Amino acid sequence: MTETYYDLLRRQGISRRSFLQFCSLTAASLGLSQVGAQEIAHAMQTKPRLPVIWLHGMECTCCSEAFIRSSHPLVKDVVLSMISLDYSNTLMAAAADQAEEQLESIIRDYKGKYILAVEGSSSLAGDGIYCMSRGKTFIEKLAHVAKDAKAVISWGSCASWGCVQAAKPNPTQAVPIHKVVTNKPVIKVPGCPPIPEVMTAVITYYLTYDSIPPLDAQGRPKMFYSQRIHDKCYRRPHFDAGQFVEKFDDDGARMGYCLYKVGCKGPTTYNACSAIRWNDGLSFPIQSGHGCIGCSEDNFWDKGSFYKHLPTILPPGWGGIEATADKVGLTAVAVTGAAVAAHAALSAIKQTSSKSRNDKLAAKE
Amino acid sequence: MKIEKYSGRVTEGPLENVYVYEAPVRLWHWITVLMMIPLAVTGYLIGDPPSVTGAGEATFNYTFAWVRIIHFSCAMIFAVAFLMRVYWAIVGNHYAHSLFLPPVWRLAWWKGLFRQLAYYLFIKKEPDSWIGHNPLAQAGMFMMFVLGAVTIIVTGFALYAQQWASGQSWMLLFGWVHCLFGESQAVRTVHHLAMYYLLVFVILHIYMAFREDIMGKETVISTMVNGIRAFKTKDH
Repeated sequence: MTETYYDLLRRQGISRRSFLQFCSLTAASLGLSQVGAQEIAHAMQTKPRLPVIWLHGMECTCCSEAFIRSSHPLVKDVVLSMISLDYSNTLMAAAADQAEEQLESIIRDYKGKYILAVEGSSSLAGDGIYCMSRGKTFIEKLAHVAKDAKAVISWGSCASWGCVQAAKPNPTQAVPIHKVVTNKPVIKVPGCPPIPEVMTAVITYYLTYDSIPPLDAQGRPKMFYSQRIHDKCYRRPHFDAGQFVEKFDDDGARMGYCLYKVGCKGPTTYNACSAIRWNDGLSFPIQSGHGCIGCSEDNFWDKGSFYKHLPTILPPGWGGIEATADKVGLTAVAVTGAAVAAHAALSAIKQTSSKSRNDKLAAKE
Repeated sequence: MKIEKYSGRVTEGPLENVYVYEAPVRLWHWITVLMMIPLAVTGYLIGDPPSVTGAGEATFNYTFAWVRIIHFSCAMIFAVAFLMRVYWAIVGNHYAHSLFLPPVWRLAWWKGLFRQLAYYLFIKKEPDSWIGHNPLAQAGMFMMFVLGAVTIIVTGFALYAQQWASGQSWMLLFGWVHCLFGESQAVRTVHHLAMYYLLVFVILHIYMAFREDIMGKETVISTMVNGIRAFKTKDH
């Protein structure tokens, strides 16, 4: 019989108590009830382990790094158990031919049953030659593995949106994986990197309910991406009070005021950082005094400064790199005002001259 | 008095007073004016808020939230008034729909537009007389006010909806806007720019209204008060 997650965890010396703790924790983060925790526990004890193939495209491995640094020991173990035994370039023990053999055997043995998790974007320029391993382009490999996958998870902003590689001018034509894998459901788990607990929860959800979690219109799991950082931010009262940090060394910064004016992207960023936080719930960027940079949003590199509230809206040649909506708008208002004034003056002159002409004509008569 | 169809130009005198703007149209106009002022002010403040540092605990302050509440409330009234105006465009008199549907497929309309343009560019000396909006004004109203208002209302509701989770409440109705723009920062930027677009319209609109009232043949400002387009001279 195929091994279950529970068997695996027990073999690694994890107590039943810790196992149940993990189930409750994950159920809570998924927004499930007590019953959800029981269902997760049941699934992990009875269902065969879900094979996960983890592919790397153009990325920085920060998703994997975040994963393995999850400080909750159990989450880490689950995560590692979930992926390292199958295929992951970074974490697996096997290398070269052995590794490729393993990949092929998973595709063969678990046809239509494994999950494909992709970290990194695909490169389309030059038929994909900017991202190759073992003589094959990444798009080829991706298409090959995705063909028999049950579902595809795009880990991180690279796989979900394109991230830094897709930033202007995007020389390698980096695209998110849903542009390459078009015939499978793709679960987007954006973030640079995504939160480890979110990653585990997504896989756990799939194992428990045998279906992809409910997704929002942009393909992200609703339970983690349906609200903004801003909505659950612990500094939100300062926002409502109108107490803002103006500079990173002012009194407001010391008192933990809202970082809205120093460019915090919390109000436009959909992620669970302010609820789940990082490093076992220790902190998250805003808590450490730096605004959110909006890393889980599409195109976040190309929106101008991380430290300005308004993004740059014109290309650099047009009005410099500081051309915000306010500058463009105020210029338009000023130009219109000047044009109106000029037109009014000209109208007045014309009116007066025609009047005096009329008067002259009248006088002649 | 003869009025050219589709352009609203008076082709033959004598000039008579015409009831142009019905009460709901006038009401809508002044509600919109009243709402746009606080909307622009609070909108700008939301984009670039003054900081109330040193005001003690956040618990006892609600300054910025008040700015936002005023913005949201005025926006609701603005939007409802606009909806009512759209309704009136359907059921109201002939002049009620001219700014929503300029008859761009009619030659007379285009000719009228160029006549008025030539007059404003000081090429044509004498202005024409118009009942309702002249074609140039119609084009301006449609391009700047109607499109601007629709954009600002739709993006505004989309931003307002963000306080709900996806698929809930207002998000259910306006979540698609964020998908259309790709991400919510783009929605903000467009909303912000739409304000300036409408401000440019306001400048042009007020200038033109006063100019026509002073230099043109017909009343303009009082028309939006009593609804009647009167002419200063009776001869065409």
